[in-house]
Amino acid sequence: MPTAPDMRRTTYREALRAGLHEALKRDPRVFLMGEDVGKYGGTYAVSRGFLEEFGPERIRDTPLSESAFVGAGIGAALGGMRPIVEVMTVNFSLLALDQILNGAATLRHMSGGQFTVPLVIRMATGAGRQLAAQHSHSLEGWYAHIPGIRVLAPATLEDARGMLWSALQEPDPVIIFEHAVLYNLEGELPEDAGAVPLDRAAVRREGKDLSLIAYGGTLPKALQAAERLAAEGVAAEVLDLRSLRPLDEAAILATVGKTHRAVIVDEGWRSGSLAAEISARIMEGAFYSLDAPVQRVCSEEVPIPYARHLEEAAIPQVEDILAAAGKVLGRDA
Amino acid sequence: MVLKDEVLNLLQEVAPEVDLGSLDLNLPLRDQVDIDSMDFLNFLGRIYETLGVNVPESDYASLRCLNDLLQYLEKKRGGAP
Amino acid sequence: MDKGKLVSWLVKEGDRVKKGDVIAVVETQKSAVDVEVWQDGTVEKILVQPSEADLPVGTVLALLGGDGEAAAPPAEAVPKKAPAAATRPAVAARPLPPTVPGERAKISPAARRRAEEFRLDLAKLRGSGPEGAVVLEDVEAAIAAQTPAAGLPASGAQDKQLAMRRAIAAAMEKSHREIPLYFLETLIPMERALSWMEARNRDRPPNERLLYVALLLKAVALALREVPEFNGYYLNGAFQPGPGIHLGVAVSLREGGLQAPAIHDVDQKDLSRIMAEAQGLVKRVRGGGLKGSELTDPTITVTSLGEEGVEKVFGLIYPPQVAIVGFGKVYQAPLVEEGQVVARRAITAVLSADHRANDGHRGALFLKAIQRRLQEPEKL
Repeated sequence: MPTAPDMRRTTYREALRAGLHEALKRDPRVFLMGEDVGKYGGTYAVSRGFLEEFGPERIRDTPLSESAFVGAGIGAALGGMRPIVEVMTVNFSLLALDQILNGAATLRHMSGGQFTVPLVIRMATGAGRQLAAQHSHSLEGWYAHIPGIRVLAPATLEDARGMLWSALQEPDPVIIFEHAVLYNLEGELPEDAGAVPLDRAAVRREGKDLSLIAYGGTLPKALQAAERLAAEGVAAEVLDLRSLRPLDEAAILATVGKTHRAVIVDEGWRSGSLAAEISARIMEGAFYSLDAPVQRVCSEEVPIPYARHLEEAAIPQVEDILAAAGKVLGRDA
Repeated sequence: MVLKDEVLNLLQEVAPEVDLGSLDLNLPLRDQVDIDSMDFLNFLGRIYETLGVNVPESDYASLRCLNDLLQYLEKKRGGAP
Repeated sequence: MDKGKLVSWLVKEGDRVKKGDVIAVVETQKSAVDVEVWQDGTVEKILVQPSEADLPVGTVLALLGGDGEAAAPPAEAVPKKAPAAATRPAVAARPLPPTVPGERAKISPAARRRAEEFRLDLAKLRGSGPEGAVVLEDVEAAIAAQTPAAGLPASGAQDKQLAMRRAIAAAMEKSHREIPLYFLETLIPMERALSWMEARNRDRPPNERLLYVALLLKAVALALREVPEFNGYYLNGAFQPGPGIHLGVAVSLREGGLQAPAIHDVDQKDLSRIMAEAQGLVKRVRGGGLKGSELTDPTITVTSLGEEGVEKVFGLIYPPQVAIVGFGKVYQAPLVEEGQVVARRAITAVLSADHRANDGHRGALFLKAIQRRLQEPEKL
């Protein structure tokens, strides 16, 4: 009889760290590169102690030039390495967008399949830590627009622990978005936790009355909202997208087919958002299952403010999700 | 005479759509009206409540037509003052 | 259903009511419907008195005060959704949004599709969804209301017949069109069960006796615990388990037609209670007073046509249920016991099941479980 593995209390940060550690141990081609990943231990302290353990060849501090070090990562991947590039925040990644879009994402196609770019880029995203408009935006939707790359949003300890190794096995570039408020998320993780599949969305809570579709930093809020709805007798299903490109359309249509009502929770700005894409897919694929117009809970269309109360007002909160749920349930009249 | 009317009234209660006038008391009841075992049980239940006669299952077979039932009830009532 | 008559109040002002209480009787074109209340509270004010007048669906009949509220205003718009199971916790009256002439009625895509399946006239429905839109729940309520109860005063009896025929036609047409059926049958020895029941009935007055249908129902309910995939609904391409084991019991009407209202949680009830509830159901199907929710609640149907003398019943499923169990007559069958052919009482059970939701192997286990349960009547 197999026994259940022991559970260990840990954090999202520690889970990421364990994933990185495993990758560096298992595959000599893997190395970590980025601003402050070495001596400083990583902006969010994910790689603390790695410089001492793995040495400066594999834990490389870089100059403050995203374009240069992401480009170097692409070159290393083309040369047979398995680089993990850390970008401090998605805002800064725009400096490297040319490398990612015009380089990493296109080389397989432009070379007729002769080259692949097995590169993993990790970056923090999202608001909620009073880091103001240049460190707080959610631009995952922009990356999810780009063919040729894979975009992941781990929102649980299991995914923080397991997505990295699976991403490294991919022949094409993978971007992993770590929401900044999740680093301190605490929970239980099995001792033997390891790689997880990347393609499928996951139902984190079952329900029949409406679907809350969320990812990354909005997942815990969606789960809290579902808990509050349950107290009112409403069974909300919570779908964690996990992969933003490709989207698990089948899972999205399945949950809407079951509940007939959808609320999408996305910290990006509403206009042209990932939420807009999901809403369109629902309309295309589940129109006749819908019992109410799809609702979106997104960020206000302003640069994310610094002041705490303004920042909180600008991004999706549990109350906003409950209000949107009320609308799809027809309770808002 | 009184007993017959009482029994027919109880039957009417259980099966309101039955036309009592067209019933032949000497033909099997179930051939004439569409009553099932639950109706029949309800009928016997009402008889028990109003006339105080308990018809056990083992006697069902002997009660094919309404006249059988009426005679059966007369006898039982006579025997139990 | 778009209008109805208020026949009688069963409560008066000041009465405390609990969710599920029947508070009024409303007569529609097709049936008399008991109006259930969906919230706990106190009847604050009765606004409409019983009369012959037709009231439009959605008329506020009474005001209900919540617990601890001083005459708070959650009004109970009663006939609106009388026959539907209220899936939402607080069903309160909602004023219709002002209709702009020429504006297209708001009907959700899901509601529209469901209404088409049942050929329901959407123009007559009142919406309870966002912005007063007609939503799935409103359509389900109207479908339930369309299935009429019999036993009403003779006036319009033909209309009622027609309406019931239409409702059965719509449901069975959908069933036959959509459900890939498979059938399994088995002969179940009944000697043990019937002898046990006859012994039990011997010293009891008629109103405490059992009919064997009570044993069949309990055996089916207990068997469903072992094979739960036959108890529930096939909706939106997936099986959804039922919220409990609620057996729909097919009851025929003498003037034609049938209904199959639910006996709830049969697996948790003893035989006397099942028998009593079955009798109650038959009375209400034939005499009126059926609750709307009783018609929509069944998670599987059981039909027994044995008294008509048939040996086997191959039923059609009532959608969205996924199975129906048919029992034929009890007869003397040639069974083999210890190498000898003997005449023993037996009954044939036929399972008709939805192959989208379950498979024959499990179906066979289901029938086997029913058979096994009936060999131990004292444990039913």
